[in-house]
Amino acid sequence: MGDVLVYAGGPGRIDPRRLLAWARPYVDALGGALIALVVTAGPATTAGSEAADVVLEMAHPALAPYLPEAHELALVEAVKSSKPDLVLLENSTAGIDLGAAVAARAGLPFVSYCVDLSVVNGEAVSVSEIYGGQLLATARTPMPVVVAVNSAALPEAPPERGRGERRSLPPPPGLEQLRTTFVEATEPPADAVDLTRAERIVCVGRGIAGAQNVEVAAQLAAALGAELAASRPVVDAGWVPKVRQIGKSGVRVKPKLYLGLGVSGAPEHVEGMRNAELIVAVNQDPDAAIFNLAHYGVVADLFDIAEELEKLL
Amino acid sequence: MPSLGEELELREDSRDIARDAVGMTINEFDDQALEEAVLIKEATGATVTAIALQADGIEQALRVAFARGADRALVVTQGETDPYDARAAALLLANAIRAIGPDLVLTGVQTPYDLFGQTAPYLGAALGWPQVSVVSGARILGDKVRVMQEYSGGRGAVLDVVLPAVLGVQSATTPPRYVSMSRLRQAMSSTAEGITVASDGVAMRSTLESLGRVEVRQRATMLEGGPEDAASQLVDLLTERGVLHR
Repeated sequence: MGDVLVYAGGPGRIDPRRLLAWARPYVDALGGALIALVVTAGPATTAGSEAADVVLEMAHPALAPYLPEAHELALVEAVKSSKPDLVLLENSTAGIDLGAAVAARAGLPFVSYCVDLSVVNGEAVSVSEIYGGQLLATARTPMPVVVAVNSAALPEAPPERGRGERRSLPPPPGLEQLRTTFVEATEPPADAVDLTRAERIVCVGRGIAGAQNVEVAAQLAAALGAELAASRPVVDAGWVPKVRQIGKSGVRVKPKLYLGLGVSGAPEHVEGMRNAELIVAVNQDPDAAIFNLAHYGVVADLFDIAEELEKLL
Repeated sequence: MPSLGEELELREDSRDIARDAVGMTINEFDDQALEEAVLIKEATGATVTAIALQADGIEQALRVAFARGADRALVVTQGETDPYDARAAALLLANAIRAIGPDLVLTGVQTPYDLFGQTAPYLGAALGWPQVSVVSGARILGDKVRVMQEYSGGRGAVLDVVLPAVLGVQSATTPPRYVSMSRLRQAMSSTAEGITVASDGVAMRSTLESLGRVEVRQRATMLEGGPEDAASQLVDLLTERGVLHR
């Protein structure tokens, strides 16, 4: 009773330490153990899960590289065998793939986009960022509950060490009958721009309002010696190439200057640029979330500002 | 879904947004999913059915789907559903999908307010079909669908999934096509069919206590005084900070 199960897996270079660090206070509040589920194709490597009290290891050839169907079965199995009060995932690609699916299959409720959690009278009281970061939703859910935690809410500080007891969990038979197969990994093209190395970035958001307007921002970027970047809606609309996307599904950057033009500041975007040294935002909406994060802000039409800036540079 | 371009007002009891005061729009991820479905139709000759739960403005959204290339549209008429109860909504949709019997279901990867779960994984679980989310492209290869799944940092993977399957689409292979006024006018004559299915009656176990505005943590220093002044202050600031590239 009172255990917290953390899914310490997922595609790419996932580091479970931040989620384990985030989980520790709830383990203390509930009086149980911090359990990390580590799934691997071969002999288990438990790197990064030293912060857990119990490392639950499941090894099966189908568990790496990442397949949503396989990891869903593994996590459901772990939930059923360890019966935790809280099941935590990071709200990344795997969090979206697995959170709701695992909750449904295990018969548990699910809360997503979580940025804060407390345990009150045996219930989980969660705060989630919704409507593109405009609103916070507070909800009460009986435990056990599955929770997907937004990456930006996770601490940077390394977690304290746990007991590190290792237990192996037999893979469920369903892993022998998967309907999903891994074909290949994809990497960004080698000659693509690397925004993580850019010192200055001009980033366009939804406010740019059309492909024909991107040139305005590109010219300003050139005048500033900056790289052009974009938020997700602009990339999904096909106005700026994917390699220039900043945020959860793009890259995380830490330039000396981030100049946002018409960027509203959705949590998924903020995750990718919050560590920029100097953040300047131009937006017509004085209540845009980006102004909570920016060091300097201008409430104006981005095209007017771009035009005036270019005159001065 | 409510349009995010405008500021969302809260209802007096703070348990929901003031829905009368906000415009409705198609979820942009659903729009991408629709585009991917039409691309698959063009590549394979498949039939595309657009399906939606009854909601304000849904007829118009489905007309746009017709104009974009959907062959058929279905509205699941089940009276009022709690907009935040994504699991109940997915169970209703799953029952309707069983009645249609498609090979592939595409839906938007997320909705900006689905804090109690996303549609695609719920559908996958309800139908017992494999599911992949954060998909940025799909094509049919015989009895499988080959999907691109995105991770962060521009990385991702190509996966093959045996049909029938559910995909949560982040972005279509090519951006949603422009729909001309004449196509839209043509689509005005197409009508969505209604479908009524059994409700599984699973009660939402979470209670949405309240919605609130994001607290201002660190308000930016605002540069005032019109575009010209603001731009000049900005250039001074960047020069002072040594970040200007001259």
